[in-house]
Amino acid sequence: MASGVKPRVKVPGKASAGEAVTIKTLISHPMESGQRKDSSGNTIPRSIINRFTCDFNGENVVDVTMEPAISTNPYFQFEATVPETGDFKFTWYDDDGSVYEETKSVTVA
Amino acid sequence: MHFTRRETLAMGAGAALLTVLPFRANAAVDDLIAEFTGGAELADAGVDLTAPEIAENGNTVPIEVSAPGATAIMVLAAGNPTPPVATFNFGHLAASQSASTRIRLAGTQDVIAVAQLADGSFARESKTVKVTIGGCGG
Repeated sequence: MASGVKPRVKVPGKASAGEAVTIKTLISHPMESGQRKDSSGNTIPRSIINRFTCDFNGENVVDVTMEPAISTNPYFQFEATVPETGDFKFTWYDDDGSVYEETKSVTVA
Repeated sequence: MHFTRRETLAMGAGAALLTVLPFRANAAVDDLIAEFTGGAELADAGVDLTAPEIAENGNTVPIEVSAPGATAIMVLAAGNPTPPVATFNFGHLAASQSASTRIRLAGTQDVIAVAQLADGSFARESKTVKVTIGGCGG
């Protein structure tokens, strides 16, 4: 189990209908690649986040399959269309079965 | 300068290995691309990959992929122990089919982006990134 996993998401609080907003996400996670060895020469087992999804009111924005080649503290930046007031839901899936979630609301004026 | 028979054989074996190894690495990448595209032809235009020419630290190399109208983009690092990096699938609400992230590169190598475009065809772009310090531990 990766400890101290903390998602951080930056989403504008307000948008106009149909506007494209830029979303930045960062989650603190060691992303152990399974390639490294510890001081006694044993391979450190792989422990990464293998999938990240972003949905808005149940509609998919982006779904990323992640491999060990993604850096520590995975960062993603992408653009989403906001058709109406609602919630962005961000989900990260860990190798160990943990699921990390974060929700951000956007108000359409 | 002359070589004994043993040295000559050793050099020959070394040279043969050198030519075979990169070929095997490329074969793995080709297999992954074939799996993604289903063996379809790859166009040159349609996908953009932004990566630095020189990355000092292979642990975090910022990259950006963009392919207008694409449904999915796969990123591969040809010289990593495991070539796959990430696959981006874009949904209905993606405003632009672009994303940026940070990746690990084991050393100087080609980073490849393959996109599945809106009409079902595939495009590919690759960039060579020089890495000063590799990012795979060891």
